[in-house]
Amino acid sequence: MITAEGITVAYGRRRVLDGVSLSLARGETVGLRGPSGAGKSTLLRVLALLHRPAAGTVSIDGTAITGTRYTVPAAVRTRIGVLFQSPRAAADPRLSLADIIAEPLRVARRSDISARVADLADTVGLTADLLSRRPHAVSDGQLQRACLARAFAHTPDYLLCDEATTMLDAATQALIATVITDYQQRHNAGVLIVTHDPALMTRWADRTLDLADLPATAR
Amino acid sequence: MTTTVRTSSLLAISDLTVRFRLPDATVHAVTGIDVTVAPGELLAVVGESGCGKSVLAHALLGLLPANAAVTGTALLHGDGAPIDLLTADDKILARSVRGRRIGLVPQSPATALTPVRTGRRLLEETLRAHGRPRAEADTVAAGVGLTPADLDLYPHELSGGMAQRLATALALAPDPPLLLADEPTSGLDRPLVDATLDVLRQRCDNGAAVILITHDLAAAQRVADSVAVMYASRIVEHRPAAGFFAGPRHPYAHALLDALPDRAFAPIPGHPPMLTALPAGCAFAPRCPHAADDCGIQPGLHPDVACHHPIGDRP
Repeated sequence: MITAEGITVAYGRRRVLDGVSLSLARGETVGLRGPSGAGKSTLLRVLALLHRPAAGTVSIDGTAITGTRYTVPAAVRTRIGVLFQSPRAAADPRLSLADIIAEPLRVARRSDISARVADLADTVGLTADLLSRRPHAVSDGQLQRACLARAFAHTPDYLLCDEATTMLDAATQALIATVITDYQQRHNAGVLIVTHDPALMTRWADRTLDLADLPATAR
Repeated sequence: MTTTVRTSSLLAISDLTVRFRLPDATVHAVTGIDVTVAPGELLAVVGESGCGKSVLAHALLGLLPANAAVTGTALLHGDGAPIDLLTADDKILARSVRGRRIGLVPQSPATALTPVRTGRRLLEETLRAHGRPRAEADTVAAGVGLTPADLDLYPHELSGGMAQRLATALALAPDPPLLLADEPTSGLDRPLVDATLDVLRQRCDNGAAVILITHDLAAAQRVADSVAVMYASRIVEHRPAAGFFAGPRHPYAHALLDALPDRAFAPIPGHPPMLTALPAGCAFAPRCPHAADDCGIQPGLHPDVACHHPIGDRP
């Protein structure tokens, strides 16, 4: 279980999160909603160990994690995968889709990288002809699938999705959701989805949290 | 939603085709589009990303890059003789069409706003250029859900949703008879999506026309009078909205609606084809559960669905 407890974050003088807590167990899908600017993305970035909160702790299976980004041991960081809203902003435009997927594997100096990339690409339904292309030559949906394959690279126990299908058409959204659900069932992963769409929330999440209602202790 | 029979058309698009020449390929971006838009009509153009929806809008405004080859006609009616948007001189488009007779809500507002001016200055400048009092800025902004204080911010100080609403306000300020809204609700949360859609609907109820380009089928269902579904550069189904959402007839349109989370939430098997290498015949046939031998021949839009085996026709 990944838990955030008493998370407080301020940007300048504006406090966007004030003592917020939530937990995500393996195997469950939690939906997080709240109005624009309520701090949903910020909370997700804190959980992903990308943003250091002013107060509060993130812990996995009861062990508190200190630090963010590269100061956290790789074995801990790789237990969490993230899928962002805009694949264009989340992918290096100079790299081919295969290289985008391979990046986390190369950083970890893994062997058998090309076989693993082919395997990951197959999981998200990307064909070989797409893998040699760079982001400008594929659609948003195809690029988001590459970003999803990249998020799966180290087989994370928790996957955090920040409006990851908002800009996609219905068919691509359903495909991404299906791929994530298959992964979740194979690896007993916990999935957090942030979305504005009530229909998507109802269909996809096991339970729904409203950011405004989150108490100062974990639930 | 009312579907009144109208005899006049505001925009008549006939056999509109757009090709992009690349060094080693030709992109079939838009193929043989025939669409008529009447005053008061809200037409939603829906489809997957990369199907040619935005190119269609840009072709109508003469905003395509130099490697584009455009054929067909797009007659814009109004006072005086109709203008063919596809052959009109760029000076005419710039002086009398863009903004004035056809407004555009661009897809990425962040790149459409002048970064060194506040929203108020941008909006007042537009109002003044179109002979409206500057004092109306607050009213126009309020119509899209922006407060007077929001207007005093610079574009970089706006959230994505606020920038989107400012771009919409700028397009509405000249009160154009035809508005092209290219994904005007992307980045907005549901209450703001609905508010923006209601603004567009209101315009149509007052006699203006709107072409809403969107991937959001729920948005189209909320406000559209008619829906055109594009797949791989062509319109495959074009029908009144109520009938379309109750029972789509093209297998692609059916599959697209079935992908919605409040319907089957089922993805469409396979991939959309590359616009540089479209298959002969129906482009959806490789993914279509109803495909047969005759699908190797391109079906025409007769009268409102381009399919040899439309849903509802089979025994």
